[in-house]
Amino acid sequence: MEQTNLEVRQLVKEYPGQRALDGISLSVPQGSFFSLLGPSGCGKTTTLRLIAGFEQPTAGEVILKGEVVNHRKPYERRVSTVFQNYALFPHLSARANIEFGLKRQGRTNFGSRVEDVLKLVGLATKENRKPAQLSGGERQRVALARSLVLEPDVLLLDEPLAALDPKLRKQMRVELKGIQRRAGITFLLVTHDQEEALSMSDQLAVMNEGRIEQVGSPEEVYFHPRTKFVAGFLGAVNWIAGVGVRPEATRIARLPENHGARSSPARVTNSVFLGDCFQVLCQLDSGEEAVAQVPRSFATFSPGEAVHICWSPSDEILVP
Amino acid sequence: MKLRSWFLLPTWLWMLVFFAAPFVIVLAYSLLTRGVYGGVEQPWTVEAYQRLIDPLYLTILFRSFAMALAATAICLVMAFPVALFISRSHSRKNFYLQLVMLPFWTSFLVRTYAWLFLLRDTGLVNTVLMNLGVIHAPLSLLYNDGTVLLGLVYGYLPFMVLPIYATLERLDPALVEAAADLGARPLATVFRVILPLSRPGLVAGSVLVFIPCLGAYLTPDLLGGGRTVLVGNLVQNQFTNARDWPFGSAVSMLLMVLVVVLVWGLLRRESEQLA
Repeated sequence: MEQTNLEVRQLVKEYPGQRALDGISLSVPQGSFFSLLGPSGCGKTTTLRLIAGFEQPTAGEVILKGEVVNHRKPYERRVSTVFQNYALFPHLSARANIEFGLKRQGRTNFGSRVEDVLKLVGLATKENRKPAQLSGGERQRVALARSLVLEPDVLLLDEPLAALDPKLRKQMRVELKGIQRRAGITFLLVTHDQEEALSMSDQLAVMNEGRIEQVGSPEEVYFHPRTKFVAGFLGAVNWIAGVGVRPEATRIARLPENHGARSSPARVTNSVFLGDCFQVLCQLDSGEEAVAQVPRSFATFSPGEAVHICWSPSDEILVP
Repeated sequence: MKLRSWFLLPTWLWMLVFFAAPFVIVLAYSLLTRGVYGGVEQPWTVEAYQRLIDPLYLTILFRSFAMALAATAICLVMAFPVALFISRSHSRKNFYLQLVMLPFWTSFLVRTYAWLFLLRDTGLVNTVLMNLGVIHAPLSLLYNDGTVLLGLVYGYLPFMVLPIYATLERLDPALVEAAADLGARPLATVFRVILPLSRPGLVAGSVLVFIPCLGAYLTPDLLGGGRTVLVGNLVQNQFTNARDWPFGSAVSMLLMVLVVVLVWGLLRRESEQLA
């Protein structure tokens, strides 16, 4: 059986005139990469801060390795946070930043451990630089190394890739996942970027307005969303006659398809070239709008053309 | 000329009339001969500067430095916790800042006199202690180095609190959280993170306290009762009782040069540190 590393039970956080968290429960298995995904203001960062101990819950429990840690101060919890803007100590070198936590624990002879972590995050040559002399990606690695070196029970990451440029962000996704796997440490990532959550997580929880809407593997929540919100947050959905169809599963044809496919008559309103595909916008005769991703090699459609929107029943998303 | 350059015109004029011109006048006076009834006369001479190396005057200069250093150090130790407290007190910040600035609502002279009333033989402190039976004869609390130091610290403490507060206010709260997150207890966070990062404020505050303390005249005159002669009193004395304007000017020049060299060196080191 999988061992649970971190658990939160019925966590509630109220601020004056506002309920940021409305009783959320989660359990994060040992060594897994778990994401909290949701729009800004959904309570995901609040959850992280309660786990780190920066704030106290109004009600509920934070449980680390079977122990309720609500009363413990941040410096007494075996969790570590990678902050959104890294929060590196500007007066200390990269190496001194990484050694900070080890020194606070009164450890000595940590040289080889620091070397290992520097190697793990790929920073070995720049250890003597101050944060101001490092690039955004390098700062991120220092922040990661600073937490990893402490071998926390859970590593909390608050939108760690948000401050990076898009290209680096994609590259770091792969790296972050690799580092997590190699280090074997439980990661709890907070993000509003569904691609990020889908590509890195073993499991993810979709949050909305202080509640968890669904927990599951990326495939589960993407293909079998339990609510309209989850379906819409994880990617675009065409809502046609009460069922949802992802744009990549939506086809356009001049004649309705046979072989058990469903179809609905529509009119093309616009066609946008995206490089690898066309995005064709249609208005169904029933009034609903739909988007289809059509391969480049496929026939082109022009605005005003009468077409049929087609999809397979197996691609349908059914939500209550 | 660009419009932007004109913004500095009033300041340039002010500095020219009230800083550069007096500086030149003092420099000239220091190189002239003493007039019989004060003032200065020809011929030009460096005699005033030669007299500066007299051990008596060097002692006064040294005492002034020691006094200013002590006042700065005490202000540092007292102001940092106050500034830290204010910077972390959320909604009551402005109230506490008003308290720090409250003394500025009355004149420095009046406030220094107030200390006289508190500390003299028949003052509040002695009266209370005697009525309580703690002492039987009044303590002589006035007219010694300790009282002068008290007066200096009292007078210049706000100049230390405010710059330190300003740096602490700009400190990213995430850094303090990060320190706790990495296992630093509150005291370790203060000494390893907050204190090093408030260095610019500590330096600015120290300069703002040290310089006026070094040239302080009013406080040692009133609270030191003339017994504690600091360099500020020496200068004043040369222009009044001693009627030796060239020597008074020479002492002023020396003080100014020392301060400029010291502060310039300090600020240079700081900017190197930041780079």
